[in-house]
Amino acid sequence: MEIARRAPSVGASRMTDQSRPPIAGGCRSAPILKQRGQREVFCGLTGIIWLHRKMQDAFFLVVGSRTCAHLLQSAAGVMIFAEPRFGTAILEESDLAGLNDAHAELDREVETLLSRRPDIRQLFLVGSCPSEVIKLDLNRAAERLTQAYAPKVRVLEYSGSGIETTFTQGEDACLAAMVPVLPKTEERNLVVVGALPDVVEDQMLGLLDGLGIENVQVLPARTIDADVQIGPNTVFALTQPFLGETHAAMLRRGARHLAAPFPLGEEGTTAWLSVIAKEFGVSDELFEKTTDAPRRRARQAVAQAAEALDGKSVFFFPDSQLEIPLARFLTRECGMSAIEVGMPYIHDAIHGPDLDLLPAGPQISEGQDVDLQLDRCREARPDLTVCGLGLANPLEAEGLSTKWAIELVFTPVHFYEQAGDLASLFARPLRRKAILGVAAE
Amino acid sequence: MKLTVWTYEGPPHVGAMRVATGMKGLHYVLHAPQGDTYADLLFTMIERRDHRPPVTYTTFQARDLGADTAGLFKDACQDAYDRFLPEAIIVGASCTAELIQDDPGGLAETMGLPIPVIPLELPSYQRKENFGADETFFQIVKHRAKPMEKTERVSCNIIGPTALGFRHRDDVAEITNLLYELGIEVNVTAPMGATPADIAKMGQAHFNVLLYPETGETAARHCERTFDQPYTKTIPIGAGATWDFIEEIRQLSGSTNEIDSDRLRQTWWSRSVDSTYLTGKRVFLFGDGTHVKAAARVARDEMGFEVVGMGCYNREYARDVRALAKEYGVEALITDDYLLVEKTIEELQPEMILGTQMERHIGKRLGIPCAVISAPVHVQDFPARYSPQMGFEGANVLFDTWIHPLVMGLEEHLLHMFREDFEFNDAAGPSHHGGHAPKKAASAPVIEEAPVNDNVIWLSDAERELKKIPFFVRGKARRNTESYANERGLNQISVDTLYEAKAHFAR
Repeated sequence: MEIARRAPSVGASRMTDQSRPPIAGGCRSAPILKQRGQREVFCGLTGIIWLHRKMQDAFFLVVGSRTCAHLLQSAAGVMIFAEPRFGTAILEESDLAGLNDAHAELDREVETLLSRRPDIRQLFLVGSCPSEVIKLDLNRAAERLTQAYAPKVRVLEYSGSGIETTFTQGEDACLAAMVPVLPKTEERNLVVVGALPDVVEDQMLGLLDGLGIENVQVLPARTIDADVQIGPNTVFALTQPFLGETHAAMLRRGARHLAAPFPLGEEGTTAWLSVIAKEFGVSDELFEKTTDAPRRRARQAVAQAAEALDGKSVFFFPDSQLEIPLARFLTRECGMSAIEVGMPYIHDAIHGPDLDLLPAGPQISEGQDVDLQLDRCREARPDLTVCGLGLANPLEAEGLSTKWAIELVFTPVHFYEQAGDLASLFARPLRRKAILGVAAE
Repeated sequence: MKLTVWTYEGPPHVGAMRVATGMKGLHYVLHAPQGDTYADLLFTMIERRDHRPPVTYTTFQARDLGADTAGLFKDACQDAYDRFLPEAIIVGASCTAELIQDDPGGLAETMGLPIPVIPLELPSYQRKENFGADETFFQIVKHRAKPMEKTERVSCNIIGPTALGFRHRDDVAEITNLLYELGIEVNVTAPMGATPADIAKMGQAHFNVLLYPETGETAARHCERTFDQPYTKTIPIGAGATWDFIEEIRQLSGSTNEIDSDRLRQTWWSRSVDSTYLTGKRVFLFGDGTHVKAAARVARDEMGFEVVGMGCYNREYARDVRALAKEYGVEALITDDYLLVEKTIEELQPEMILGTQMERHIGKRLGIPCAVISAPVHVQDFPARYSPQMGFEGANVLFDTWIHPLVMGLEEHLLHMFREDFEFNDAAGPSHHGGHAPKKAASAPVIEEAPVNDNVIWLSDAERELKKIPFFVRGKARRNTESYANERGLNQISVDTLYEAKAHFAR
């Protein structure tokens, strides 16, 4: 019975580093299960839902089919937007016949859009499966439109297509498209890459400021006027684990990556900050002075929220690409054990530091054959399953507890002050099940 | 190319999914790229289904395009058969797969599966969701149903309900009960709840009850031709239409059973004095053709509203809706362009919108109450309680649902009397929506802005006076005053003009 097991207090001992499970070599060199079959994931277009809120002067124009438009509104449908800053230029039969006409049509739609919405300063043309398959050259379109609307509007393009991108990779493709047009600098600066909620971004900037690090910029910036610059003396840190292309684009501009575990949970945030602190020669005293109080708060909040998670098992379906850092957080800070950690794809330069910390044991898997993975999940009967929206209710109906992964990209979860919220997010389905009196098996 | 912000219908393969997910024992193998699996959440999240839709997606990626996508399809098809052992399979392509022209139907046929395989041709760049559902159901009926001897007792099929349908679950229950009262057995309800084996015996019914022409009419026509089954033309939404429907069933079946209409409360609720305030409320109707046509009659004849505009997003019903609009003395809006619907509503300034989930967005922006009468719908339109739109209980539900967004009758008076009251004021919103009440007037809707009109200028005292009028009638007052001024060639509106217009439009 879950309620009986919850009773003894577990928080205190876990609040010290010593109690964390032994890493036993971590998972970096663990064999990876790769399967190929039906993938139950969103395509990269989904990223538009949070990116358009982050960049307040941007509009995302998907060049695609009715399916793309339907995906966006189904994924965004959890909210009612009176003024969405995204839309779909839906390809019709006639567009498929002649590509030149398609370009003329696109120009016409963009003109209508920009005249209706003078507040748009950045326009992203977003490629889709059909536009990729018919080889509609959006790069050419973006160049042409940039010339037509500069300097008022900057037009960029990227692909959010399902044949090339998975869910959060859409943000990666978007940011990667922005990197080449960032102004060049010779100055030493730190660029933090990854879309975060404004409140979290401000906390992060506060911490970096507390460490005495100057000249910090954030990509994506909230508006086009923000001064993000890049050059050979730039170092960059990622706040999201799905930014592989952006990572490569930054390296091409001469910037250097500060590889670190991701700032999820107290431990992840501390590790992430300390890599930056080391780079900038921050003294131990200053580091402790800046991080002590928020670290203590984070541990306390995690300990409270994690009571329901302690000793429980977790199974990750590949979805948001946050799975490895989250597994590290849940196993090392919340007392859970991971059975399987599925990722859409694994990128050693980016995920290595988190894999190093993830205690050996779980099956690491890349890609998906959803039916086979469901078989493994049912066999394992984890206490908590992290999966996409399409699978959550059916698994609940089979008696499993689930956390749907899309919430992780819509909720502030990064850095110290959100560490407790992150644990709560996972604890809530278990607490709810206990409240509703459904016996956990 | 057409710019779309919100769409009223998904692509046609989503229509096919609605049929497959509604049925049992049927599997859909869909040639589609990664990402198209999003459609599962429509069923598992929005409709809260406890099973995954019976759909296998081939999930091809960019690197497969130069290689063997056809082989991928065949593997997926074989895996789906082995794993799910369906009675029949439907196969088709989503928009991207249509472009690579693998011919799923032809491929599946060559595989020699021991079950019927029904190929679907759903042109993604021409047609939409309702067509997809209608065509898929028609193909299944055409392939599976054969002429049969009619049942001994009078029976009928109920045709049209699908997964993700707006209140289909409860409509079917309500109409099944009504038919039972009339002494008529339901032979098969399809697609919802039917297996391919059930479809095979559709031919033994005496006639068909077509509840949702959008998703069932082609099949109903096919059955009329092939099995000599007439089908009902009345959609039993609203009290009047339900009585008409009963009469139509009597004609088709010869039933003379009495119907107990004690449960029909809507008629008295609408006549009772508290409902007086509903008189002449200006409503705008938008949705699928069938629901809009039915709602127009309820709005005017059963609620006493004034219908100031109507339209539908499915062109297939343009002619019907145009004809009806003419009868109501309004112009029909036939479009699936959300921005045009928004513009029309802005111009008409109705006091209420009876629309779809999409019109909720418009209502939110313009500060106009909105009730949902048609798909597309959202999670809150799949209530836990029994909540049909059809039959007598459906009429009761319409009454409750349509008045809920409005300010209650007596509260309207308070708002007229005490315009600056700390509790009853414009910014507070209807009392029974307490949770949503904005704290300050800062979030006031767009129509609160100073009046702007190309032809007439509002003098400042008139503008101040206009602001004293409660929010839920202010749009109407502004519109009436402006059209009054326009008619008389006035280019300025003073306080007097405002009250002249008020007197002119008094009712």
